[in-house]
Amino acid sequence: MTQEKLLAKVGLWLVVALLALVAAALAKDHAYAVQMIIIMIVALGGAAVTMHRADYEAMAGLVVRPPQRVDVYDDDPIRWGVLATVFWAIAGFSAGLFIALQLVFPALNFGSEFTTFGRLRPLHTSVVIFAFGGNALIATSFYVVQRTCRARLAFPSLARFVFWGYQLFLVLAASGYVLGITESREYAEPEWIADLWLLVVWVAYGVVFIGTLARRNEPHIYVANWFYLSFIISIAMLHVVNNLAIPVSIFSSKSYSLFAGVQDALTQWWYGHNAVAFFLTVPFLAMMYYFVPKQAERPVYSYRLSILHFWSLIFIYIWAGPHHLHYTALPDWAQTLGMVFSVILWMPSWGGMINGLMTLNGAWDKIRTDPIIRMMVFALAFYGMATFEGPMMSIKAVNSLSHYTDWTIGHVHAAALGWNGMITFAALYYLTPRLWGRQRLYSIRMVNWHFWLATAGIVLYASSMWVAGIMQGLMWREYGSNGYLVYAFAEVVAAMKPYYFIRAMGGVLYLAGGAVMICNIWLTIIGRQRREAPMNNPAFDPARDRPILPVAAE
Amino acid sequence: MADKKRIDEVTGVSTAGHEWDGIEELDNPMPRWWLWAFYASIAWGVVYVVLFPAWPLVHGATQGVLGWSSHGQFEKELAADQLKKAPIRAAIDRTPIEQIPDNPALFEAAVEGGRSAFKVHCVQCHGSGAAGGKGYPNLNDDDWLWGGNIAEIHYTIAHGVRNPDHDKTRLSQMPAFGRDGILQPEEVSDVVSYVRLISKQEQASPSAQRGAKIFADNCAVCHGTRGEGNRQFGAPKLSDAIWLYGGDRDALTASVTNARYGVMPAWGARLDPVTIKMLATYVHALGGGEALPDKATARPAAAGKATQDVKD
Repeated sequence: MTQEKLLAKVGLWLVVALLALVAAALAKDHAYAVQMIIIMIVALGGAAVTMHRADYEAMAGLVVRPPQRVDVYDDDPIRWGVLATVFWAIAGFSAGLFIALQLVFPALNFGSEFTTFGRLRPLHTSVVIFAFGGNALIATSFYVVQRTCRARLAFPSLARFVFWGYQLFLVLAASGYVLGITESREYAEPEWIADLWLLVVWVAYGVVFIGTLARRNEPHIYVANWFYLSFIISIAMLHVVNNLAIPVSIFSSKSYSLFAGVQDALTQWWYGHNAVAFFLTVPFLAMMYYFVPKQAERPVYSYRLSILHFWSLIFIYIWAGPHHLHYTALPDWAQTLGMVFSVILWMPSWGGMINGLMTLNGAWDKIRTDPIIRMMVFALAFYGMATFEGPMMSIKAVNSLSHYTDWTIGHVHAAALGWNGMITFAALYYLTPRLWGRQRLYSIRMVNWHFWLATAGIVLYASSMWVAGIMQGLMWREYGSNGYLVYAFAEVVAAMKPYYFIRAMGGVLYLAGGAVMICNIWLTIIGRQRREAPMNNPAFDPARDRPILPVAAE
Repeated sequence: MADKKRIDEVTGVSTAGHEWDGIEELDNPMPRWWLWAFYASIAWGVVYVVLFPAWPLVHGATQGVLGWSSHGQFEKELAADQLKKAPIRAAIDRTPIEQIPDNPALFEAAVEGGRSAFKVHCVQCHGSGAAGGKGYPNLNDDDWLWGGNIAEIHYTIAHGVRNPDHDKTRLSQMPAFGRDGILQPEEVSDVVSYVRLISKQEQASPSAQRGAKIFADNCAVCHGTRGEGNRQFGAPKLSDAIWLYGGDRDALTASVTNARYGVMPAWGARLDPVTIKMLATYVHALGGGEALPDKATARPAAAGKATQDVKD
């Protein structure tokens, strides 16, 4: 870097900081001003880091630095991504546990608008989906695309921008929720400023990923990359269309949607369901397609199945959104199509589960001996359960019972904790020793602990919410013999309380598993290895390995 | 790609011939059961979209050969429900409110319908068990502000309490004795002592003695000379242990200083007359319902039985 370039860079940071300060001064609402101050602090931090890290000796020509190594993969943004994933995991799980406890103990709202359930709930969902899940996806996609293309990341600086830019989006979104900024669109709550910033970051992400694919040294594109690519493209489209809005002022955090009424609702749920599809299903299948065969050291089960289930999955999923609006103002024809596509989606979804599970053909014994494989198998099993349950709940007759109840909460958490969480933990355990050049994890037995804590947590969570949700739905529609409704809404709420408590205890266990993971990953990174017995070591005593001979009587 | 095909030793299946970072793919066929289930779901989908409304057209959409619609289903269920309830509702409509408890069939239907309406419209203030809360009377006991026989309850529900813009509403207003300077703070304190004396919460004291005089001059006209209350003005009884806003010194001081002005909507303007009758019957049957003045000897047993039914 030359001196002029350094000056230009620092100057740019300072201009951004100044603009943010001006915007904060002109802000029409308090929350907007706080967000601008955050941007200003980030820009000043950027300027300071740029100046601090500049190589003044090389600039002055005192030393000559060797050129950057290109014979290894570009793994810095991936290492940061692993750390960010772990950090946001704990933040998101803790937020979830806290709001679960608020439902049992309302006093935990603390009587402050900043800590009410209404503001912390989107904080929880966004942090686990977009911060924990999103960082895991960006990091693993950069890891997988380099290895399966046998090429370094295209545009390394842009890849770094993607990482830091995405963290800024997360901070703007999360702080915005607490300040009361929201578009009130589920899973798309961030307002227009954060939305536009995410669009910039996402386009940069697409450029890095597609650029790397274009530079590949393999003749074909591996299946995991098809999934990552469809994730990047679809999320860009979904994000843009669902967030089309007009700000009240460029100095206000508030905007109004371009759509109204039922069109607005349908746009939101077209987005909402495809956030499940293209954020929580498709790219996590990409992770599965790389990490399962690597960890099992077995070939993928069926090439043909991967082609058919990929194309059928992405084609059919995009139509399924209207099933969130059964028995509403949405016209019947749209409800029908949403339901029909959801049911047809069942087998394409299961294609991924079959391909993942059957990849273990010839390595089934590893479920017993390798807790990472066990996590992967568990994740695929929960993926299969959730993708059966989803189409079933989309059927109008079932939906008329399940809709608006905690059954839906149980369904999404079985999928999120079981599928997304477990496959991500497995990938993190695979990545950490390799990214930091360690022989193995600090402790395989701690992975086993994590597995069982998380599993017990999921069992408590899912079963309590299934029971609670179905009970809730049945109580709402309970008619007495004279044809009058039996229960008041508040009586149903009171009946839910014990289940809410069990659910929160499930969250405690799942978070405890996360804490075990933090220790394990951190100790691995700093280079420690726990001295422990291997997982599969059946006792064998050669002295006892012999028949009992008859003893002659004395 | 074809040149790198090999037979996988463990499964005996050929690979597809590609390899990425050590990952190969087997050339297994798609599981038949999976493929057929996929085809079957598509076939089911084709049939379903013919039977039900499905395809958007320029104006409207295809209606489906079954002619089903969600609004149609709703209207049908609603009509069937109304048809089923019509005779009993008509009978309740014809019967004067005072006579409903005497007819077991009408009484049961009214209590059930009243319970259901109560759980939609009344629980927000009175609670799902009708036990009330601060400022909202408990409807399970026999302590009534405006009257506890079925006709009085019916009137209160239909016309509300201190409901603005409604002539027939239950209306009264206690003066804000402290805020408006009618009584000095120490006088308020004395009258509170007296109220706490007659409600058996405090021992006799000089303060209560002074308060007795103040009470007689200012309060007795509505609350009665011994604090027994007066339903004509909705003035609560002050000599028992039941308090609408609390019987401790702070709550009583606040009541005397600023007065209270509890409001209830006039439900007659919002609900149909049959539902109002059902609500009155239900509330009357909760446990504290009083007999009509002219039937004082005949009613208590029946009311007791009705309460038992409701609890079951």
